[in-house]
Formats: sequence, structure tokens, C-alpha cells
Amino acid sequence: MGNEAIARGALEAGVRVVAGYPGTPASEIIENLAKIAKEGSRKLYVEWSVNEKVALEVASAASFAGLPTMAVMKQPGLNVAADYLLHLSGSGVRGPMVLVSADDPGALSSVNEGETRYYAKLMEIPLLEPGDFQEAKDMTTWAFKLSDTIKNVVLLRTVTRLSHASGTVVLGEIPENGSNAFFKHDGFILDPNEGAILSPPVEYKHTEQQRKLKIAEALFEDSPFNTYTGPEKPELLIITSSICSLYSKEAVSILGVRDRVGILKLGTTWPLPPKRLLKHLSSCDHIFIVEEVLPFLEDEVKILAAEHGKTLGAKFFYGKKEGYLPMVGEMNPDKVAAALSRILAMPQPGMDDVYKKRATEISFAGSPHREATFCPGCPHRASFWTLNTALSMDNRNGFVCGDIGCYSMAVLPAGFSTLKTLHAMGSGTGVASGFGKLGGFGMSQPVLSVCGDSTFFHSAIPPLVNAIHHHSNMTLVVLDNSGTAMTGFQPHPGLEKDAMGNVAEKIDIPEVCRALGAEVRVCDPFDVSESRQVLLDLMDRDGVKVLVLKQSCALSPEKKSLKKYTMSVDQSLCAGENCGCNRLCTRIFACPGLIWDKENNRSRIDEVVCAGCGVCSSICPKGAIMKKEAV
Amino acid sequence: MPELTLKHDPYNLIITGVGGQGNVMTSRAVGNMLSLLGFHVTIGETFGASQRGGSVMSHVRISKDSSWSPQIPSGHAHMVVSMEPSETIRVLKDFGNRDVKVITNTRPFYPVGVISGQISYPSDDDIRTWISELTSKAWFLNATEKAVAIGDPILGNVIMAGALAGTGELPLDREVFHTIMASRFSGDILQKNLDAYAFGVESVLSRKI
Repeated sequence: MGNEAIARGALEAGVRVVAGYPGTPASEIIENLAKIAKEGSRKLYVEWSVNEKVALEVASAASFAGLPTMAVMKQPGLNVAADYLLHLSGSGVRGPMVLVSADDPGALSSVNEGETRYYAKLMEIPLLEPGDFQEAKDMTTWAFKLSDTIKNVVLLRTVTRLSHASGTVVLGEIPENGSNAFFKHDGFILDPNEGAILSPPVEYKHTEQQRKLKIAEALFEDSPFNTYTGPEKPELLIITSSICSLYSKEAVSILGVRDRVGILKLGTTWPLPPKRLLKHLSSCDHIFIVEEVLPFLEDEVKILAAEHGKTLGAKFFYGKKEGYLPMVGEMNPDKVAAALSRILAMPQPGMDDVYKKRATEISFAGSPHREATFCPGCPHRASFWTLNTALSMDNRNGFVCGDIGCYSMAVLPAGFSTLKTLHAMGSGTGVASGFGKLGGFGMSQPVLSVCGDSTFFHSAIPPLVNAIHHHSNMTLVVLDNSGTAMTGFQPHPGLEKDAMGNVAEKIDIPEVCRALGAEVRVCDPFDVSESRQVLLDLMDRDGVKVLVLKQSCALSPEKKSLKKYTMSVDQSLCAGENCGCNRLCTRIFACPGLIWDKENNRSRIDEVVCAGCGVCSSICPKGAIMKKEAV
Repeated sequence: MPELTLKHDPYNLIITGVGGQGNVMTSRAVGNMLSLLGFHVTIGETFGASQRGGSVMSHVRISKDSSWSPQIPSGHAHMVVSMEPSETIRVLKDFGNRDVKVITNTRPFYPVGVISGQISYPSDDDIRTWISELTSKAWFLNATEKAVAIGDPILGNVIMAGALAGTGELPLDREVFHTIMASRFSGDILQKNLDAYAFGVESVLSRKI
């Protein structure tokens, strides 16, 4: 996996401290390193930090003490860490330090398709982008070397299709354990090796930072990570980076234009190596730029071409601004091949028309739409059932502000479309804190927010403090499923173990909320009637209230494939369509473990799918869904 | 060992199903087997929150000499191994062609829209007719039923991997599978995996499906 290759690359660079916060598609980098740390054969410290800013701070401390270190996050986490990154890149580092940020073009597992690349430009630090699995490893190792040379943070950007794809990688050596940690701080204040580490005096440090970037630029000119394949004087030059280099290779191969089109694959994308680029730009007048989401490369190449317009002459660009590729969504070989065929005025490749037409007709009836839903036995289905029915019973048009986790899916019918806002980590509670102050403008709707247990620690505490301090009226529902479930059960400060499996100090969510001054209740979401009554009571009162709905994720390692109950539908009690409940179980509650037996006009349990949580037995008005303790 | 050859280079294999059925495990197992034989294997996967209960696909590209895009171009699949019958059709719509071959589990995993009655699920007969029409060769087997009989529905994946080996489309052999499984499992679990694989191979070889 691309992420395993990055982890391996860090090990081959002798990394000693790694910190990050889980987020698809970056999580497996730290998971793999945590496994190594757990084995204990190497001196390696790995932690899942409380959030990305703290991760960057923790990792940088190791650098200040002279150790090779790495921080890892998904792109939205880079936004969280950005404030510190601005100051860190200004102060510079000592031990080599790499920051890995993973983008998710097309938002395959995100609610955004944010860009890492612009941060390199904004923060004035070098950017490396691996184009395949081997490079994911090799470039990570080299990123540490580069950081060691320029004494500043190096940013390595990956994307979902690289991080979560797997390919063949040739491994290198892992060095012996290195030196001990020591923070030299009592030298002359401007001494980069022995003085204090800080970003002021700003003009002096900023000049230093830009000098470092120039060194990187010079090194990039000869970098083996920038490669060209194609004829000496191509008709068309593709300039690309990251996973798009494989899509470009595929598109050229599909169209059979290897002798006409050259591919310049750039691995060092900020700052761009000007000489290297100018050499290629002078070989060809038609330039096709292939990249995902925003036109980062395109803009930079155009600027360079304009700056050298006198010697280069006029160039024809085929990019996003010319409409050849979209500025949203992820790329794939088809989109690149379609654009390439348009540029070369060739027939568009693709599926055989007759086959495509027939397959589409068949799929209309043959592959019914499959909407994402909570897993069978997921506590979130029960929790949102409670929230949704409580809001209906309350009847004041209340609403829930959403947050980031599996439970974000409650914007969909899977969660009864309960969430009405959805933005960044922790934002649900911040937005609720604001809504809760609108009573003075006549707003009387009950305001709720949700967040998961990991999100609570990540960024819901400051808005909760804000809400309590300002006497906002709101109820925070913490959906505590005992782990960072969506990304694979990484530990967080609410649990008793850390990333390396060591005993950790457990911080109790209800106690934290009580200490802050909130009214707190804890319920088991599988007890639907109690949870709902408690929530209704809380919603009726002013101030900040917290309801913790605590039940482990159905996929958690301790619960997986263990059925608490054996479920069945008593066919004599279920009245089917004639019940008057409008098939509450299969039409509204809609757990995939409950299916509709059309022939018998009854509900039925799908034993292969059912997780045995028992919740559905409490929703059937006829009491037809039976639960029996499983043996 | 005779020189191993591929019918196509890259050979494009799609493994599909529904989130939670264990696609990732199957693609990794098949990828590892081929990688051990010296092939360049590139696997593109979709997983994460948006895949909970949704359609999932792994694209496996097998080549003698290089890495390929983790996404197969449309219409370019050579073989589709599917854990869920309606997902087979979904994949054929985008990646199928007249020469494509398919092995499909016949046990449906109903979408919530089907359970609620908003949309309907095709009959087993229709599915078989349609898949046969869209492929040059199709194998149908109830892998889930057999997996439950062996002891765990998740073994359906292993049955499908065995069935793929049984078709002879790729140089997958039992010895390599055994080596890989023995590195991860032992005892009863290992035996169940081997039984499931053997059943898959046999299902195809016996031409009963």
C-alpha cells in the first residue's frame, strides 16, 4: 500500500518520532509505524495525538532535540495545523522533519477535496509528490535528507489513489538507531544550531526561509524524481505529477501515441525547477497539464512560460482553464484519455457503443442503487433514531448540527436525515453554540449538536467551553463508540491505551463536561426508550447540556462477529403492510439485517447480515421482533 | 518452474461486492499470490466511510514489467469476481466488454432502498440471463451459502478466490495460497480457509456451475 511505502521510507530514513491524527486516506502510515514501535526492536515513538496541530508540535519537539521526525495527517488536518506550521517553517528545524499530508480528490472519504499543494507555496516550504509506490517510499526517505540539508520542514503530499493503492516496491536498508535527544537552547539567539528556536526576528528568519527554499529549488533541477518519457521533440508535452502520471501513461497507451506525446512527470512540485522545465518547454509548443482539482501546476508553468516568453515564444496550453479537464473531482485514465484525444483530434476512446448501451439498459433494472448506510448493529442508527424521534415528539422544529465521523452519514436517510449542518471537525458544536444564542432574535427551536468521542477531544472542547461561558442554549450529544471508528479504531485520549499499545491516562468525557459546568447524562443508545426520555428532558431545559450515548462500534475488535442476541421475527405477530406502522422496521429504521419478505408480506431477519444488537425489537409496535440471548 | 505467462498485459481483474464483505482481503490475497510469482501487481481500492454498506471495488492490474494506474480504464476489464450479483452488473456497465469473464456469488445483499421497497431487486433468473449476455463466460455459485456451511460467511471471499484459480485465467496455485494463509492463520481457521479455497477451485473445475 502507498501508505505502507511511506511508512517504510520513514524507517529507512531513521525516523524516531511520529505523530498524527487519524484521517482517511492517511491513517495507515502511523498504524504501520505503531506496529513497529509496539514490537520494540527499534527506538521509535509513535503517537495518535489529540489533533493535527498538536501532532505537528509533538513531532517538531523531536526535531528541535535533533531527531528525525514526521507528522502525518489528512489535508483538512493540515488546515488545523496551519497556524503552527506558519511559525515552524519560519523558525526552521534541527533534526530532519517531514510533514505528510494526504489529499482526497473526489472526496471518496471526506466532505471536501481540499488542497495541500498551495500550503507549500503559502508556507514557503518544499513540496514532494510521489507518482507511484516505489517513489512513495524513496521520496519519503529523500524528504528527510532534504530537510536535513535546508533545516526546514519538507511537505510530502499523497492522494487517496496512491495511499490506498498497492504495488510492487523494492526495499532499502533500515539504519541502526541514531543519536540521543538533546535540545541545545543556550547559544546565541540567532544561532540556528544552539540558540532558541523561534520565528522572530521575522524579517531575518523570513529571509533565511527563502534562502533555504532556493537551495531546494537548485537540488530539484537534477532530481531523479522528475522524469521524462517520450520522443525528443514531441508534438504534445504532458506535464503531470502524483498519481496523474499513471493516468497519463495509461491514456497515452490507450490512444497508442507514445511516439507523438511526451510525459514530463514532476516529483518536486514546489518550488518548480525552472531550468528543467524550460528545457522541456523549449522542445514543444503544445502543453497539456494533467493534475487533480485546482490548476496549481498549470498556473506555475504558465507564469514561468510568461516570464521567459521572449526566448520560448508563444505556447498553446491545454489545461483546466481552457476546459480540457475539470477543476473538481478526481482524475482517472478515461478523463485524461478523453482530453488527450480532443487535443490530438483523434476519435475518443471508450467502450463499444452497442455494448455500453445494452449494459446501461440492463444495469437500470439489474443493479439497484446502493445507498451508503450504517453497518448492521451500528450504535449510530439507534442514536439517530432516538434523536430523530425525540425532535419529532418535541415538535418545535429542532435540529442537529453535524460533525465529522461515520455519523456524518446521518445527513442521509441512513440516519433519518437528522443532521442539518455538516462542516469541519468540531464545527457542529461551535455552530450550535452560535445557534443557541439566537433566542434574543426570537429563535425558539431546540439546538442540538453531535460529535464522536475522538472528535470531542480533537476540537469540540473549545466550542463547548464557549457555549457554557456564554450561556448558550444547546445540547451536545456525544456519540461515544469507544474508538476512532471510521478510520480503523485508533485510540484517543478517552481510552486506556495509546498507539503503541501502552497503558495511557484515560480522560473521562462526562467528567470533563461536568467540570466545565454542563449538565451531563450518560445512556446506552441501544436502550432507545430511556435515551429518548433523557434527551427530551434535557432539551426542555436552558443552558448547555451533554448527553453521552455510549456503546461500542459494531466493528470494534472486541465486538466484531459476536452476536449478543439471536433475532427473529414472529411471523404470527408481524402484520406486514396491514399493520398501520408503514413498515417502520424495513422502510424507516432500515437496518440491512432486517429484510422484507414480499411473498409472505412479513419482515424477516437476514442471519448472515444481522449483528444481533437487539435494537429493532424495541421499535416494532406489535412486538413481533424477538430477541434471545445468543449462546 | 515453467515461465509464467499472462493472457493480457496488464491483466485487468476487478473484485467487487458490498462494504463489509471482505473485498480488500480477497484482492490482497490474490495480489500477494501473484506478487510472490514475480509479477508487478497494482491494486486500487475504495474504502472508508462512504463505502459503509455501499458498493466497493478493487482494481487489480497484473503485469510482467511495470506498475499501472490503480484505476482500470472503462471497458477494459478482463475478469470480474463479484461477491454480490447486482454489483456484477454495476461493474459490467462501466468496465465490461464482449470478451469479459465473470465469476459471481449468487447470494444477494439487499440495498436499503430495496428493503424499504422504493426500488426492486432483480430475480435470480434475470441476473443470470443478463450477466451471460454481457460476458463471454460466466460462472455462478452460492459462495455465501457454502461459506456459512464451512463456518463463516466471510469465507465466501476465499471461495471466490479459489474459483478464480479454478478458471485458469491467472497463474494462481494452491501451494502459494497455502503459504500465504499459513503465514496469517493456523489450526482450525487455516483449515477452513483451505477448505473454502478448495471448494472454489473444485466448483469451477467440475463445471457444475
